[in-house]
Amino acid sequence: MTNAIEVRALRKSFGRTRALDGLDLFVRTGEVHAFLGPNGAGKTTTIRILLGLLRNDGGEASLLGGDPWRDAVRLHARLAYVPGDVTLWPSLTGGEIIDLLARLRGAGSVIDPKRKDALIERFALDPAKKARAYSKGNRQKVALIAALASDAELLLFDEPTAGLDPLMEAAFRDCVNSERHDGRTVLLSSHILAEAEALSDRVTIIRDGRAAETGTLAEMRHLTRTTVEAELAGPVSLDGLPGVHAVDIQGTRLHCEADHAALNDLLVRLTAAGVRSLECRPPTLEELFLRHYSAERTGPGARA
Amino acid sequence: MTIQAPPAARAGPAGTGRAGPGLAGTGALTKLAFRRDRIMLPTWVYLITVMVGTNAYTFRKLYSTAAARAQLVVSGGGNPALRFLYGQLNGSSVGALTAWRIGVWAALFCALMTIFIVIRHTRGDEEAGRLELVGSAVVGRQAALTAGLLTAVTASVAVAALLGVVLSALGLPVSGSVVFALAIGANGLAFTGIAAVAAQLASGARGARGIAFGVLGAAFMLRAIGDSAGPSGPSWLTWTSPLGWVELTRPFDGQRRWVLALPCAVLAAGVGAAYALAARRDLGAGLLPDRPGRASASGLLRGPLSLAFRLQRGVLAGWAAGVAFIFAASGAAAKGIGQLLGSSTALQREFTRLGGQTAITNAYLAALMVLAGLGAAGYATSAVLRLRAEETDGLAEPLLATAAGRIRWGLSHVAVAVFGAAVLLAVAGLAAGLGYGLRAGSAGPQAARMIGAAMAQLPASLVIAGVAVALVGLLPGACVAGAWTVLGVVVFIDLFGEALQLSHWLLDISPFTHAPRLPGGTVSAAPLLWLCLAALAFSAVGLAALRRRDIG
Repeated sequence: MTNAIEVRALRKSFGRTRALDGLDLFVRTGEVHAFLGPNGAGKTTTIRILLGLLRNDGGEASLLGGDPWRDAVRLHARLAYVPGDVTLWPSLTGGEIIDLLARLRGAGSVIDPKRKDALIERFALDPAKKARAYSKGNRQKVALIAALASDAELLLFDEPTAGLDPLMEAAFRDCVNSERHDGRTVLLSSHILAEAEALSDRVTIIRDGRAAETGTLAEMRHLTRTTVEAELAGPVSLDGLPGVHAVDIQGTRLHCEADHAALNDLLVRLTAAGVRSLECRPPTLEELFLRHYSAERTGPGARA
Repeated sequence: MTIQAPPAARAGPAGTGRAGPGLAGTGALTKLAFRRDRIMLPTWVYLITVMVGTNAYTFRKLYSTAAARAQLVVSGGGNPALRFLYGQLNGSSVGALTAWRIGVWAALFCALMTIFIVIRHTRGDEEAGRLELVGSAVVGRQAALTAGLLTAVTASVAVAALLGVVLSALGLPVSGSVVFALAIGANGLAFTGIAAVAAQLASGARGARGIAFGVLGAAFMLRAIGDSAGPSGPSWLTWTSPLGWVELTRPFDGQRRWVLALPCAVLAAGVGAAYALAARRDLGAGLLPDRPGRASASGLLRGPLSLAFRLQRGVLAGWAAGVAFIFAASGAAAKGIGQLLGSSTALQREFTRLGGQTAITNAYLAALMVLAGLGAAGYATSAVLRLRAEETDGLAEPLLATAAGRIRWGLSHVAVAVFGAAVLLAVAGLAAGLGYGLRAGSAGPQAARMIGAAMAQLPASLVIAGVAVALVGLLPGACVAGAWTVLGVVVFIDLFGEALQLSHWLLDISPFTHAPRLPGGTVSAAPLLWLCLAALAFSAVGLAALRRRDIG
């Protein structure tokens, strides 16, 4: 078996709202796969169908070679899940919940106490506190530790770093990278492009319930243009420069988007004109979507 | 990057007028509180009024002659167990009997109402994080507390006003009706103050309610001991309890209006203390620290079943304590019930109808057991509905993402419901048996007999729980309202069905119609078996539906 997750033409509606509209998603065994999309694109619905919590209206989904709805219990013994909005039983402590979730995963699944303690320390969690006293970030940590300390072969993370501070985000990235070396499969849903860039082998971008793009990050470089804004000393012309897009020059102010390969040539022209201030930033996912897909829909003449 | 000028700060929130900075926004928050409570608040007020009104009506009808009332005063007022439950009987008019029979309990419900209201709008919102959002607007740090207090005070005043009108309309003396209604409303005020302090002490709504309920329970006990003590005992204890002040105003016989000032003083003291405490603490913090728990789970916490028990054990313990207390006292009142009812053939008929037999003591005890069965059904319904609560709170999702299947998860809470209902019935039977037996001089045999009588109600209680399971599976969106409606209909049929001469098939809807009337009645296996089968069938349908539907 080469695919841990295979989803074909998946459809799901809630009343009149169409959450998934023919989604395809293939996650290879042993890879970290990022599942990217803006809020409301259908990421959580997909994961809930994969967990057998929701029933699909059409299409096929298979998880670790089984049917996520019919074989839910058998499959769940082999996976661990971190929901996007972690709620915990308020009267239980974090430590109790970590142990409980491990035990619920079944007799075959064991939690290594040393590994658990190391993770608790890594994420700086106080396991003796009642869950009602935890902040959102701390609740997220409880679910992450429970998943990472397990020996599950598939990890499903739904926006796992929402609520974590940058330090804990780094800890999470380290952990996922070491999972990759252990040969575990990870599906990571996110709306943060940088997170996907830092962690994943392959990416699927979902929009309006369909897969808009899928491939390795190298294949998707065209999505990761850098936005450049500059205040120049004199006039500049970017005519005939390949890989520079959406050029907007207002007097000495410049706004454009550049492919990675074109950055050097662009900067040579800008320094020739004299740079007073310069700002370069990677585009947000929303910007990408706005540019890439609304342009596609409304035709080449439209400017997003 | 440009920096936008902040929007011009408003000079002051509209509508608060002269309010100090700590109270800014109180008006808007109070309106919000009334809007959120627009169903709950009138329901409370209505139920309390109906509770008192039906009692007054019944006494007027059943004890219309002075002679009948005089005998009730002798036998009822002289019975320590009844004094424990209801308080001292002052006077012999219809009003005095009404105040005796229902005053303490109406005041207790009024206190419950204000506790729920105050804590819901203060600590409850704070714990849920809503006050954080609200507090970032132009809202003073005392505004939420003030809004909760205003809502609770309004509710108490509404109870007093409506009750005064209804009792007067029922023909009771106006002055007595007003003082009695004010005494009940004033008890709500006292517990408004107590709840306000409790909301500052604990860091969670549950803890705060626990403190306030604890004070209410202590108030009931102090009054009950004082009232049942007799002239040589510590009858002064009644004066230490807000619930005792209701009877001490003596609304229908030698009024002591100044006693009404006591609960108002408690309100003032409580509100003052709460404001002082609120000004000294952080948002989200309590004065009583949260105790740390275990850093890892004990071996007992292994799967959905142990989790369900762990989540529900506190509630079950609370129910068991309440049931033990009420049924011990009610059982103790069984001795001498014959004399008590001797004067009123109408009331005797009420008991023999509900109890299903003519020997009055057995009829009374059997009627108690029907009430215990209804109580157990209520508990079991709430335990089953926990499934839906876990689902909507997002707690079912991480659980069902593990190897615990839906049926196992569903069954775990159903098991708690069945176990809890059985425990509550056993406790009710034991308590009633001991309460009656200790006074009748045969504690052991009576306890054994009454436990059996109580357990005979279990299948009927479980049918109600089974309907709740079916609703959770089939109609998740409507299951909470649906399950409580079913229970409400059954309670109505059992308590009033025969008196209203409803048709037979309507009476047969209630499973309790088919349960044996014990002690004293005959038992046949067939109806019990059918009830068990019905409970099983409803549960099976519900669990099957739960397995097929979307979760969340």
